Amino acid sequence: MRAPLSWLREYVDLPAGETGRDVQERLVSAGLEVERVEQLGAGLKGPLVVGKVLAIEELTGFKKPIRFCQVDVGTANGTGEPQNIVCGATNFHVGDKVVVILPGGVLPGDFQISARKTYGRTSEGMICSTSELGMGDTVSNSLGGDGIIVLPPEHEAGTDAIELLELVDEVLDIAVTPDRGYCMSMRGIARETATAYGLPLRDPALLDVPAPNSYGYQVKVADPIGCDRFTARTVVNVDPEAASPIWLQRRLQKAGMRPVSLAVDITNYVMLELGQPLHAYDRNRLDGPIGVRRAQPGEKLTTLDGTQRALDPEDLVITDNSGPIGLAGVMGGANTEIADPVRDEQTGEVRGTSEIVIEAAHFDPVAVARTARRHRLSSEASKRFERGVDPQAASAAAQRTVDLLVLLAGGTAEAGVTEVITPSAPRTISIPADHPDRVAGTEYGRETVVRRLQQVGCDVYGADELVVTVPSWRPDLTDPNDLAEEVIRLEGYENLPSTLPKLPSGRGLTESQLLRRRVGRSLAGAGYVEVLSYPFVGDAVLDQLGLEPGDPRRRAVTLVNPLSDEEPAMRTTLLPGLLGTLRRNHGRGAQDLALFETGLVFQPTGDEPAPPKLTVDRRPTDEEIGALDAALPHQPVHAAVVLSGAREPQGWWGKGYPASWVDAVEAARTIAREAGVELIVRQDQYAPWHPGRCAALYVGDELVGHAGELHPRVIKAMNLPERTSAMELDLERLEQARGGPLRAPRVSTFPVATQDVALVVDTAVPAADVEAALRAGAGELLEDLRLFDVFSGEQIGEGKKSLAYALRFRATDRTLTAEEASAARDAAVVTAAERTGAVLRGA
Amino acid sequence: MSAPNKSYDPVEVEALKPEEIERMRDEAIAAFAAAADLDALHEAKVAHTGDRSPLALANREIGALPPHAKAEAGKRVGQARGAVNKALAARKEQLEAERDARVLVEEAVDVTLPYERRPAGARHPLTTLSDRIADVFVAMGYEVAEGPEIEAEWFNFDALNIAADHPARTMQDTFFVNAGQANGRRVGTGSASGDVVLRTHTSPVQVRSLLDREPPVYVICPGRVYRTDELDATHTPVFNQVELLAVDEGLTMADLKGTLDHMVQALFGEGMRTRLRPNYFPFTEPSAEMDMVCYVCRGDSVGNPDRPCRTCSSEGWIELGGCGMVNPRVLTACGVDPDKYSGFAFGFGIERMLMFRHNVEDMRDIVEGDVRFTLPFGMEI
Repeated sequence: MRAPLSWLREYVDLPAGETGRDVQERLVSAGLEVERVEQLGAGLKGPLVVGKVLAIEELTGFKKPIRFCQVDVGTANGTGEPQNIVCGATNFHVGDKVVVILPGGVLPGDFQISARKTYGRTSEGMICSTSELGMGDTVSNSLGGDGIIVLPPEHEAGTDAIELLELVDEVLDIAVTPDRGYCMSMRGIARETATAYGLPLRDPALLDVPAPNSYGYQVKVADPIGCDRFTARTVVNVDPEAASPIWLQRRLQKAGMRPVSLAVDITNYVMLELGQPLHAYDRNRLDGPIGVRRAQPGEKLTTLDGTQRALDPEDLVITDNSGPIGLAGVMGGANTEIADPVRDEQTGEVRGTSEIVIEAAHFDPVAVARTARRHRLSSEASKRFERGVDPQAASAAAQRTVDLLVLLAGGTAEAGVTEVITPSAPRTISIPADHPDRVAGTEYGRETVVRRLQQVGCDVYGADELVVTVPSWRPDLTDPNDLAEEVIRLEGYENLPSTLPKLPSGRGLTESQLLRRRVGRSLAGAGYVEVLSYPFVGDAVLDQLGLEPGDPRRRAVTLVNPLSDEEPAMRTTLLPGLLGTLRRNHGRGAQDLALFETGLVFQPTGDEPAPPKLTVDRRPTDEEIGALDAALPHQPVHAAVVLSGAREPQGWWGKGYPASWVDAVEAARTIAREAGVELIVRQDQYAPWHPGRCAALYVGDELVGHAGELHPRVIKAMNLPERTSAMELDLERLEQARGGPLRAPRVSTFPVATQDVALVVDTAVPAADVEAALRAGAGELLEDLRLFDVFSGEQIGEGKKSLAYALRFRATDRTLTAEEASAARDAAVVTAAERTGAVLRGA
Repeated sequence: MSAPNKSYDPVEVEALKPEEIERMRDEAIAAFAAAADLDALHEAKVAHTGDRSPLALANREIGALPPHAKAEAGKRVGQARGAVNKALAARKEQLEAERDARVLVEEAVDVTLPYERRPAGARHPLTTLSDRIADVFVAMGYEVAEGPEIEAEWFNFDALNIAADHPARTMQDTFFVNAGQANGRRVGTGSASGDVVLRTHTSPVQVRSLLDREPPVYVICPGRVYRTDELDATHTPVFNQVELLAVDEGLTMADLKGTLDHMVQALFGEGMRTRLRPNYFPFTEPSAEMDMVCYVCRGDSVGNPDRPCRTCSSEGWIELGGCGMVNPRVLTACGVDPDKYSGFAFGFGIERMLMFRHNVEDMRDIVEGDVRFTLPFGMEI
């Protein structure tokens, strides 16, 4: 809503020097979002006067038409002589009244005017167009359209045009929130301004309105819920040629609307003034009584914008005998609109609309909102009805429209006044007088509360318990807190005290939250950089990952309205996003990359039922909450890493080594350590990993994830660096596996006994199995065990490998003898032999 | 060692003559001084203090002297040996110091060499900023609550007093999830079931918190949310919010204001404060927009064209987000008695805060995961 300051002053006697910015500050504090204050005519300086074109000489020989004009500017030029002006526009004639800027004047944009030689003549000023005067480009009609302004003939030459055209003004541009429908009008903004300044309001809706009677235009409302009020008035003998006066056009322009024709301009003007959308019908194009009902299946309507629309049975429509003639509260139909005047060249007679039926109705906000959304048709009317229009303003708005048609178009008001009203009681809300105090946390006192509510327009009764009748223009005031907000905002949010509540002791972060932080820190500490990628995926990337058709990771939640049709699904694995980010970094020249992400993945069963629709006037039952949750997919937290290039770069310190499957597995171990669980690694084959370099990650018997080098085909398909490796695991399963508090180890101070063994096993035997067997066989004396070499070659034999372990033995109560240590070692080797077929090397 | 020889004239024992002893001593000291390194010194030590050294041999002769001569000779030899040992120790210390100095110089390295053998990683600044914000509130006694990102409409809209046809629903552009295998959003009001959406804010976590817990409830809800904006310099369809919810007996807007003031002081330093401006949200009543004093210019740039502030565009205030008193209708929907309890809530976007707190100019830098952007942020923010 754009509110010109000059217009606002009509309803509120603001202090003379008050600027738009001053008003902005007050209104912002009162809760109106005044986004900016536009300065109209900034930099404009006269003399700018009305001129009468006396003579026009068409100059020839130039690329475009050029006119040399003599213009009477009265005594504004100090001589009274006609002013010689060169002009490039052609939309004016001898005798027309135009707007002239004289030498010494300045146009907006610091355009200094002086007498100068041009096209072989001396031009002493300029004949102005609307755009040159900064009047905006939304202009048509008598104020000149795109060309020179041609004024109505009654204005005297020499009259100051800055004042005449109200060129200097300030306009408040206000973003009206959905609850403040009444501020979609000058009346509403004036009310807020008056309250903010503590000044009286001249309410433009306070008009004398004749009582309804039975001889007005007939209206039948078949849907009193959709339309609880319909006022119809008729004005006849309207002069179809009458044009909107300058002040009316200028106010519309400043408010951001385009002057069209007098009748339409008047309905728009009254809408801006009072907030009541109106519609004007050409009575001679109406066929029988006006009706209001829902549309019938198959009905169509061509709206004013020329679009033919198939109507929905939910649409509320205005009808006559011919069928729908308008979308109620949204847009009128083309067939009954006010006709443009047409002059019959033979007779000189002007034909156009001379009898007008005015509609001022109140429609259900929800019905209007749905229709506007359904037809993607947001109009000035629908914007207001959606937010709530003052139903009590309808008859005043109709009266104001009638008055203006009589005043400006020479019309005659017919005596018939139609009002179809479904009565409704005024809404009252009871609140304790100190309710606003308790909401705010400060003491306003009853007197202030009552005064502020009255300023809002409420009637207030009662002492400790207030019975508040809310004004008809505030449908948003329904609850006690709504009233509290009115009081608090008018008293100023800036005056609220600043206190802190006394909280009960909190329990800090949960185990799971702590774990995620530790995981993030330790991976970052291990050289990984965290990324947060978008969770949107498509089939293409799942194909690239080589997932089989039946892979559960292909069963994804899909979006109705994805940003890209290529990626309509929600991720079931973190890898697509991470690998995409790796590729992007690689493409930008990064060589050695290690990235990690933790986040939700979405794992639907595909059988989730739809969630029930639940009421909000009570807590849902546990069953109902369960039904809501059952509609949602499983959404566990995953952690994943990807790496490529060198894990350790080579440098002056020596060789580096490439990132590989082992780093990916190690990342899983890092996470497992943070989770306090033992990770068991087994050989596996699983997409998208290299079938020979893929580890399955277990906690106990539960599979929690995979790690390893990616399949070469995946690397090729996704255009990734060679040997890219990856790990992904389900963090929640790790969390759940976490045991109780750790039992501290006993630290023995007796000396250690070290024994090395080299075991030969089949290549296929996992080292993890050999180690487990050694540990099991060595018994309690084994303090530590380390694999220090893996070797295969001719000496070992085909299909074999040698694993060399350092075993450290220690007892808690004595120094071990060499015999004891050897016995423990031998026991370990025996168990390894039994379980893995290991043979002591050299034995 | 020879036995005492009674017939032997001690005076005649050549080796024990005072001048002989002095000579031996001086030779030893001279040899030490002449030793150029520790090896030479070792040889000199063996030669002059070893078992076969002249002084050792002289010492042996003392036993052969008659008793009256023993003491004097013993004293003479002892003094000489003492002087020799002292000279040896001094020379040894000297040579060792020289050796150490030489070796340490030889061992010197260029300590300015870079060592990027294990380059550090980093957490994403959105994560660390979110954690930091959460920690401010955890320290006050709040708990961190979380919830699903794919959410039932009832939690995301209905329970928050955003009715199906409320204009507020058009304020947020929502991603809708295809229903089961049926493939297609259940449009219209005739359907008996609701929709599933990508949550448009973390407010559904507030609803879940109220359903899960008995009041008093003090929670902070950080998390990922979704709106159908295309990625550009200032928008992203996937972003992060932090919301706070406090529900207790007697909570007021002043408590909300105080909590906000505390937060901006904790995050931006002493003297920071907030400003509330009336606004509208369906889930709060009264509602407000919250601004904080520009932490860069502290308002000094307002009306001061000589010192413009880029962070706040010389407005003096930075818009943070929305807040208000929890709408009693929300409490009712969550089974909390609005006559007994009241609450306040606020929420803001972490990306926005990251942008103005760290001078990030383009949202894409936050989103794209370029390691050059993330690495400088390190582990904490």
